[in-house]
Amino acid sequence: MNKTISANNKKNAGETDFVFDYSPALESTDMVKINKQNKLFINGKWTSGKSGKFFDTINPANGEKLAELTEANAEDVDRAVKAARKAFEGSWSKLAPKQRGRYLFRIARIIQERSREIAVLETMDNGKPIKESRDFDIPQVAAHFFYYAGWADKLEYLFNGRNVSPIGVAGQIIPWNFPLLMAAWKIAPALAAGNCVVLKPAETTSLTALLLGEIIEEAGVPPGVVNIITGAGATGAALVNHPDVNKIAFTGSTEVGKIIARSTVNTAKKLTLELGGKSAHIVYEDAALDQAVESVVNGIYFNQGHVCCAGSRLLVEESIADIFVTKLKRRMTSLRVGDPLDKNTDVGAINSAGELKKIKGLIANAIEDGIEYYEPEATTLPQKGYYLKPCFFNNVAASATICRREIFGPVLAIQTFRTPEEAIQKANDTTYGLAAGIWSEKGSKIHKTAQALKAGVIWANTYNKFDPSSPFGGYNESGWGREGGRHGLLPYVEVK
Amino acid sequence: MAGLNGMNTTVAKTIKLYIGGAFPRTESGRSFPVYAHDSKKVYAHLCRASRKDVRNAVSIAKSALAGWSSRSAYNRSQILYRMAEMTEGKRAEFVETFVQTLGYSQEQSNGAVDQAIDAFVYYAGFADKYQQVIGSVNPVTGPHHNFTTPEAVGVVALLCSDEFDFGQLVTRIAAITCSGNTAVVLLSENGAAVLAPLAEVFATSDLPGGVINLLSGFMDELYLHMASHMEVDSICCDCNDTKIIATVKEEAVHNLKRVVLNSPKEPGLQNILNFVEFKTVWHPVGD
Repeated sequence: MNKTISANNKKNAGETDFVFDYSPALESTDMVKINKQNKLFINGKWTSGKSGKFFDTINPANGEKLAELTEANAEDVDRAVKAARKAFEGSWSKLAPKQRGRYLFRIARIIQERSREIAVLETMDNGKPIKESRDFDIPQVAAHFFYYAGWADKLEYLFNGRNVSPIGVAGQIIPWNFPLLMAAWKIAPALAAGNCVVLKPAETTSLTALLLGEIIEEAGVPPGVVNIITGAGATGAALVNHPDVNKIAFTGSTEVGKIIARSTVNTAKKLTLELGGKSAHIVYEDAALDQAVESVVNGIYFNQGHVCCAGSRLLVEESIADIFVTKLKRRMTSLRVGDPLDKNTDVGAINSAGELKKIKGLIANAIEDGIEYYEPEATTLPQKGYYLKPCFFNNVAASATICRREIFGPVLAIQTFRTPEEAIQKANDTTYGLAAGIWSEKGSKIHKTAQALKAGVIWANTYNKFDPSSPFGGYNESGWGREGGRHGLLPYVEVK
Repeated sequence: MAGLNGMNTTVAKTIKLYIGGAFPRTESGRSFPVYAHDSKKVYAHLCRASRKDVRNAVSIAKSALAGWSSRSAYNRSQILYRMAEMTEGKRAEFVETFVQTLGYSQEQSNGAVDQAIDAFVYYAGFADKYQQVIGSVNPVTGPHHNFTTPEAVGVVALLCSDEFDFGQLVTRIAAITCSGNTAVVLLSENGAAVLAPLAEVFATSDLPGGVINLLSGFMDELYLHMASHMEVDSICCDCNDTKIIATVKEEAVHNLKRVVLNSPKEPGLQNILNFVEFKTVWHPVGD
């Protein structure tokens, strides 16, 4: 997406107008092969769905159809769960833990080897900038498998003095914002602990999960250990409600998380939920302001704001609010929105037409309510595909919808505060509790704030950092349990 | 001693609720009789707590949370150890209560008190150690210091087992509070007379008011109000009625309370793990 971006909307006194022209730097799609029609990966085989129904997966960058996916029905789910059960009781549990680990290491290595291919496919199916899928998502996927591979034969160190055993068959349902990374977060710890899984990727972003199925096949993982079924809500519900599933792991919205929690009430199924957030990014007046601006931009506009832990509320100390907002606006004018496959792109495509409509609706309502709105005027959007300018609302009341509801898009709500106590109170004034950011040059203030914030992940003088060894997950309505690190294994084991 | 005892005119203790460090009667004015074991002789009239008592207790537990969870681990440890001391000091009263209302032998009663004291001491000793056992410094890639620490979940509602087990009850309360949570405990009708000496243990252990709140009443009437309360962050259900468990799980979904089932009866690490939330903090390393 070649476009002209003016570095400044308004010329300041003494400055001359200057314009950057970016030549397109499109990543090649040569190495990606997409099957026109995709099957289900059950019991180590690619198999047709029993319903015979398919649905389309779209490239959000241009709205064009990429492929057709099988809509798995209850019968397909049952086949997948049976295959997982058989593998759990047979081949997988008979393997020495060391051997389990070997398979996971091998998967990690193949992902590294095929990383560019996977990254391009991820960007095509999801709409995220290639620089993110290439430099963040896929390296993290490989790292995640690599990290948990090493745990497979060390589970006796997990719980001091106690042995652990796997739970059995895990049904795993993942979202569309980090498609393959979420698959890795789910599959790697489950397999390392000796479980077998049925994974259902999101209906708009299943292609890399299916590619992972190929990689798992290539790695020689025994049939049935990992089963991948595609479909939408009904397929997920069939998986959640299958009587022979021992554990459900879900990442997605709080709304759906609650539906899943309710549907497991009369069962002994274990449940972990990674749900929504409305995370606060606190900037104290003694912060390194330019770095904080970068962090706020990264916090909310990374991955088009399709991030459960997005720093969607900015709490800035009143004394620096004006200068901070000015700097933020200036920075936003240089964000490049456009073709996700362009290596220059900072903000890619919104994942689907439905999401775009939802986000636009929330923005329109807030504008109608008279809340001060900003978007970089000079930024242009591609004609085709699903795009949105990064934007913010300033001086937002705590009761405003855009301050309370998870928008899951590039929309920031800005509030001010006068004291650390007020910042903490406002940050904690949410039903969620996933993440928070703190910017200050004073260590004691950072620690005090970090201790008082009710959130599972605190980024101090940084934001949106992730690592396989670092536990991730939220307080309150942001979910149950942690993923990543040693703590991420706990939901996948029984303690003896 | 608490019980009424026929012609003996020894002053009998009125057993009330324990909320916010005080001993109020139920606001409802209702009571239910507890009988001397295997008899129709009234041992005491216990308060039949109401929905409003539950809500008062939860509000007070919420207010007490910030203060208790920010106490030093060492201080929480000292207070839990103090509870063991006070329990020992009130051994005779506990034994009398168990013998009279549950028909325990002297030996059984003393055994139950021993278990409770062991649990208090165990968690007194764990209050400043579990963080090191279950927390971690995480070797992230890139120049960041990254660590994970357990924190209190918040207000924990405890629905006690219908089969009274003093060791289990104290294990639960000590494990919940040692990590900084506050508790609202609904005792089962069976054994609820223990509320009197147990509340006095808490009231005399330098425990801030509101950290532990004890209610007696009817499980069937009150469990729903505890499970549905939006300020309860976690609910531990020790009663094994499948209908109650299913309803608790269903109601917990409103605010995604953590639901704890099948927590071990004996003291151990798992009981702490069940009532903590993990927080991970990142900070850059650099100039």
